[in-house]
Formats: sequence, structure tokens, C-alpha cells
Amino acid sequence: MSAAATETGDIQAIVDRGFGSLRAARYLLLRVIDPAAARAWLRSLTVTSLAEAKSHRVSCVDQIAFTAAGLRALGFAPDDIPGFAPEFLDGMAGDERRSHRLGDAGENAPQYWNWGAGAKEPHVLLILLSTEEAIATREAQIVNALPSAGCTLLALNRSNAHVGHEPFGFADGVSQPVLDWEGTLRPGGVRDRVYRNRLAMGEVLLGYPNEYGFVADHPTKAGVGRNGSYLVYRQLEQDVRGFWQWLAQVAGPGGAGDLAARMVGRTMDGAPLDDLPVTPVEGTQDRDNSFTFAADPDGIACPIGAHIRRANPRSSDDPQGRRGFVRDLLSSLGLKGTAIHDAVAAARFHRIVRRGRPYGPAISPAEAITAAEGAPLLPSGIHFICLNANLARQFEFVQGAWIASPSFAGLSGESDPLLGHRGPADGSLATDAFSHVDRHGCPRLLGGVPRFVTVKGGAYFFLPGLKGLAAILSG
Amino acid sequence: MPQATGQVTGQAQLFIAGVLRHGAIPGLSALLATMNAAPGQADPANSLVPFGRIPSLHVARFVVLEDPSLPDRLIAPTLPVQEPTRLAFIADFDGTPDALIADLIAITAPGLRRIFGHCNDFGDETDLLQWLRAHRVRSAATYVNWRGRSTAQVREEAALHEVLRTARLAHPRASPEQLLPILHEAGAAMTLSPVPAPPLTWRIGETAHFLLLPAIALILAPVLLPLVPFLAILLRWRETRDPVIAPPPSRERNRTLSALEDHDITNQYSAIGSLKPGLFRRWLTIAILWVIGWGARHIFGKGRLARVNTIHFASWTFLDEGRRVFFASNYDGSREAYNDDFINKVAFGLNLSFSNGLGYPRTRWLILGGARHEQDFKRYLFHHQIPTQVWYKAMPGLSTYDMARNTRIRHGFESPPSGAALRRWIAEI
Repeated sequence: MSAAATETGDIQAIVDRGFGSLRAARYLLLRVIDPAAARAWLRSLTVTSLAEAKSHRVSCVDQIAFTAAGLRALGFAPDDIPGFAPEFLDGMAGDERRSHRLGDAGENAPQYWNWGAGAKEPHVLLILLSTEEAIATREAQIVNALPSAGCTLLALNRSNAHVGHEPFGFADGVSQPVLDWEGTLRPGGVRDRVYRNRLAMGEVLLGYPNEYGFVADHPTKAGVGRNGSYLVYRQLEQDVRGFWQWLAQVAGPGGAGDLAARMVGRTMDGAPLDDLPVTPVEGTQDRDNSFTFAADPDGIACPIGAHIRRANPRSSDDPQGRRGFVRDLLSSLGLKGTAIHDAVAAARFHRIVRRGRPYGPAISPAEAITAAEGAPLLPSGIHFICLNANLARQFEFVQGAWIASPSFAGLSGESDPLLGHRGPADGSLATDAFSHVDRHGCPRLLGGVPRFVTVKGGAYFFLPGLKGLAAILSG
Repeated sequence: MPQATGQVTGQAQLFIAGVLRHGAIPGLSALLATMNAAPGQADPANSLVPFGRIPSLHVARFVVLEDPSLPDRLIAPTLPVQEPTRLAFIADFDGTPDALIADLIAITAPGLRRIFGHCNDFGDETDLLQWLRAHRVRSAATYVNWRGRSTAQVREEAALHEVLRTARLAHPRASPEQLLPILHEAGAAMTLSPVPAPPLTWRIGETAHFLLLPAIALILAPVLLPLVPFLAILLRWRETRDPVIAPPPSRERNRTLSALEDHDITNQYSAIGSLKPGLFRRWLTIAILWVIGWGARHIFGKGRLARVNTIHFASWTFLDEGRRVFFASNYDGSREAYNDDFINKVAFGLNLSFSNGLGYPRTRWLILGGARHEQDFKRYLFHHQIPTQVWYKAMPGLSTYDMARNTRIRHGFESPPSGAALRRWIAEI
């Protein structure tokens, strides 16, 4: 089987890169009303392949993805083709139990979303990336074409903000897995006892071996699945004023930044927290990613419940690490180490590639703290986009078992300090606490942490390869 | 009131199963549903079996053992096409099975009569006590997260944690040294019954049982060792030929199962399947489950089953003269995470305990491969999972980590630490 690196002409470019130099992004969420017209129009668009992006500096990028409802609306029956992921076919908002697991409850529930549920479920996602100068023209071209293209515009989401920073002011997208494009990674054995950042291609692209060493099922009819990926899109609105004003209230204006950094798990410029030792990690040279939490099992340097630790605990298959045959064996049998320090293992099965961008005005923490309560602020947040090959084991696991879980790593009464909805856990306490150890080594427990982020929309999309796209649009 | 020491020597499991009358399932399912406060979640005060009135219960379930995987036997023509469909009641509790049965009869007799009245040998004249005893099935292996931790202990320690946490939240800026007297005052009124030390007779019994494994191994070694090459060849011959049955999951059935899940931090899991035909697999399973039960009893009684930390109680039970095995567990987190935890941490253990199941993903040398075929393995599990109609957990919202942490907090409360240990203790509250 050929490596993904030899098939870049068939892969949408966003799989490999976020195009941060193209500062403007438009996310068009469309509904199909005339399948034949929609297919013809979508065929007329030029989708940027990775091969093209690699060959020269592109000034605009178009990418296309579909929800299951969209494939149905286009007449390409995904339910009748074996191999599509059940989570994709069900949709992000299609089942109350799924919403519950993902933390889409209370104010985050799909019924309150701007888009994503019921009649507001999108069919097609069109991603346009370009320079700030060129984007308006490109946007107008597309929007003007829609009436004759058999599609209606459900939402037009814009991002002109600085890629790489999120509205609270922190660096974003610092940690990304490095994909094994050449197909040389051979997972298995004692190597997996050490955390690495290099990730098997099959964790992101369909048709390649994954971290278990197997090619998972994917739709093979007409080659529709190969080189495709599942794209998760969630619009997360951030209460920047509420965030910084709460921090200033509990930690004082001088301590707000420090507490915020503990909640995030990084400083605002993206550096790991001070006391985490530098550790070489296979698959990254970046100082900001050369660390794990192995030396900090009790969360003294970086809180156990910090956002980045929940989103990626950087754990190897066994937190005891690689220590020789006998000790490895004893550890595998559960005869070494403790339960609480082995609560979160094998992060390599739960990685995602993030391609999101922020939206809304950038305001500094100082401005946010002094902003008057009633003063109107334009909404800001993140168009969170991630790619993965196995929705259940990757995005849904990260979101459900790590980010939203009230029992992550043995914690209780907490949820992600940035993303949590704070409602009571199943049969349990409210999840509005945050525990950490302050810079003097004193354990602190904060209660009543408000909700800072509200989900405003979301859907699961399939981002096909270019041949797959042609198959879908062939009618 | 002090507990009668010598009575409680840890948790026990009770498994009662009766064969259902033909056509009984719809009526029974409707009746069982009346016991629930949410889909599949027992109302502790339900009028049929008010679980909440039996203080020794940790978890309990009623489950209709309707086996969706029986058609798999097409590939094993020596196995019967049909097996009886049973209703099972499974409980994990403190004390002895006889004491639980007595409690059940005292508190829930009319409800149990209505429920088990759907079984084909239960009539108006049936003596409930006799029937329950006669229909008891002894599980081949059981697992308890923390041996000897009673419901009373869990409840008292959880209550202590709650008042200490409230006090800690009320003093967010206090130093550990300032917090210590505040916490002690907050917890002063809480009941903390002494944890009874196991009586000597019990400890002697446990030691004797512990020695059984090495003793049996020594006795059988002269017989088994010369057979090892032949058994190994037999195993490999079978492993390379046994078919895998792991169909893609039905979304409809997945919805049925997930409707019952994630209402508490803990979930129930019920699965049933046939063993591969033949004496070789039968005896291998008996031996492996015995060793698992032995390990659970003597090695893995303090919060971890090998590296899996999230199981409260589990059991493996033979049915139909050993042709089928029923697996029940009570685990923290959601199903997908549970599956992943299993695969990533104890694939070898899963392979040992389930690879004799008909259609199990291909293993190598009994412990390799198997569950590491992630997709096949998850599909195999799904193929065998069945809905649990009624599930009861006495301590909602508490994970295994919570329970272990609450015990550590209690120890720190009873013998106050200082310095760095004080900080660690407070950090856990």
C-alpha cells in the first residue's frame, strides 16, 4: 500500500496545514434544495489539493465537506454504503445521549444552537481561506452563485482574527500531532510506553493503518472513503469579559493572569508552565511541546484539570514508562504504581488535528476587566474544527471522557475550566470547581466557576479525498 | 450502633436465574420498566423491589438474558441451535448470600413473586425462598474493586468528604495549617464506624485458598508439563482456524443500549455469548476463569483489576452446562471509553477471559492479538452486549477513584498529617 505522501493530489490540503498566513476564513454552511443543481455547482468549484498547496504558495483555498444529511440530500445514500462511521451517520446533535456525553447539555444543548440541529442542520461546509484583501470578492462570488446552485445559505461564519490566538488571549493550536505521511511508523511493543507526538496516518485519513496497526473499515464503494477524514466543527462562543472579570474578582487584577494560566495549563504566549521539566518528545522539536506530565503526576506544576491536560494528557500507554522487561511486565499486570496515577493512559489513540480559527474582536485582558457590564461587545469565540478518522475514539472520547468528564483522571466536581458547562454531573455534584496548587505550593480549591464558553453550533462532516468528492458529486 | 464484627467479611455476589415462559418477555419488560426512574435506572424506592431499603446492597440488576448471538452457532453445528432465555437477578452486597436472600424475602417478596412469576417453573404456590435457593447460579469468577469496603463505609466516608469539601470551599484563601482546625470542626459530628478487622477464621480461609493455586500447579505440573507442546499445537491450530464474528454495529440497537447508559458516572454492562465448541475450549475457560477469580480474590482487591481501575464489580458466569458465559460489570465512564481502557491496558486479560468465545477476534498464543484488533473487538463486544432492564447503584455519583480517595481522606482525618503530607491531604478534599 502506498504512503499518504504519494497521494497528496487526492487529499484536501487542510489535512496537512491550517494556512495561517491566509488571514481570512469563511465557513459557509449550506443546505441543498436541488440536488442536481447543487452537484453541478459543487463540481465547478476547484478544491485545493495538498499537492497543489505543496507545489506553490496558494493565495486562496477552497475545501468541501458534507454531513450525512448532506450526502442524503445530494442523493448519495451514505446509509446504504457500508463503512461510514455510525457517529457520522447519526450526526452530532442527533441523539440526546450523545449530546449528554459531549457536554451539550443545559445552555449548550443543540436546541439553543444557531445552527446544527433539526432544520438548521447543515448539508455542505464550504471553507474559503484567503487574504484579507481578496476574501470579500471570493465570498461575494460564492454567495451570489448560490441561488442558481440549488443551495441555501444556513450560516456564513467569518474569521478575520489573528490565527493562533483565541479570544481569551492565549496562544491556540500550539500542540498538533505530527502525521506519519511516509508511513514509516510501526506502533506496537515497548516503544508505545513512551509518549510520542508522531501519529499514524490512519488516525486522520481513512484507508491507512492506525495506531493499532490496522486499516479500519471505511466506505470503499467508488473509492469514496480513501483519503477522506471526518471533520468536526463546533462554534464555541467565549465570554471574554466574564472570564477576565471573574478571574480578577477571585485572584485580584494582579493574580488574574497567573490563575488563567493555571486553568489553561500554559502561559498566554503558549509556553508550558514553569515547573514542568523539558522532556524530548518524538515528533516535535518545539520547546513549547517538549514536555509531558509524567514528572507531575499530582498536578503540582500543571493542574490535573487544566485545559491542555484534559485535551491531551500526553500519557504513554503505561505511565510507568519503559523500564526493562521485568518491571514493564509487573506494571502491565497492575502490580506497580497506583490506580489514580494510571487513570489516563495511551493518549495516542485519542489525538485530533485541529484546524480551527477564532472570530470576533480581540480585546486584551485589561480591557475585558474594565469593560462595563452593560457595554455591548461583539460576540467572539472559536470556530473549532478538527480532523480524525474515528469519531468515537478520537473527538468524542476527547470531548466526552476528558474535556467534559466530571471524573477525568479521578477528579470530582470539576469540568474543563474553559469549556465546562458546570451543570451537575450524573448523580453527582455540580462541576463548577477547579483545584490547583498555587505558586507557593499551597493547594487551592475554587468553587462556583462560571460557564465561560457556550456551544452555538456543531456538526460532523465528511471531508472526502478528491476522487471521493468526484464520486459523491457524480450523481 | 457498632457493627457486629465477624458478620461482615466483605462483599459477596448473588446470581439467580430462571427460565422464562414462552412469550413472557413483553409483559416482563413492561413490568421491569415500572421500577425505573430513568431508562434502565432503578428507582431506589420502587414498589416492586425497593433496593434502597436493603442497606447492604452495592449494585443490583435484573436482566433478560436474550442472546442475540445464538445464530452464530451456524458455524458450530455441534452446539444446540436454541438455548433457554432466562431472567437473571444479580446483586453485589455485603455479607452472605443467605442473609441477602432473607432480606429480599422480608422486604420484597410480593414484588419478586410478580417478577419471577414470568419464569416457567414459578407459580402461585411456589415457595419463594426454596425457589431462589434452587435457582442460584454460582459465578465462575467475581471481581470486587475494593475487598471488604462496605456500603456503610462508602456512605460515611462520602458524607465526610462532602462536609470537608464544603468547609474547604468556604475558606478559599486559608493556608493548610489554618484549614486543618476548620476541617476538623466541620467533620467532628460525622459518624465514622470502625472498619471491622476480618476475623482469624476468615483470614485462615483466605490464606488456604491463596495456597490452592500454587498447590494445584505443583500437583498438576508433572501431568501438564509433558502435555504443553501438544496443548500449544492444539491451541495454535485452533487459533489460526477459528472464525471471527464481528459484524458492523446496528445503529438502532446502539440507540437502544445507549438510552440506558450515562445516567450516572457508573454504567452497567451485560454481555452473553457461546463458548467455542469442544472440551479443549471448555476446560481452558474453566481453568482461566478460576485463575481470574483467584487473582481477583487475592491480588487485585485494592482498586485495580490488573491496570483497569474503573470496575466496581464484575462477574463471569457459566450457563447451559458451560456452553455459554454471561459477563456482568459495573464500570465508570462511558462505554466507548471503557472499551478503550480495556484494549489499551489489559488486552492480554481480555484475550484470556474471552478468547474462548465463539467468534472472538483472532488471538495469538492466547494473549496476543485479539482485543488489539480494535475494530473487530469492539464489534464483538457490541454483538454480545445486551440491555440491562433494571440497574441499581446504591451510591450514585461516586466513582471508584472517589471511593478510594474518600478512604484516604478519612485516614488523614483520623490521624492528621503535617507538612507536605498535610498539603497532599488537603489537595484531595
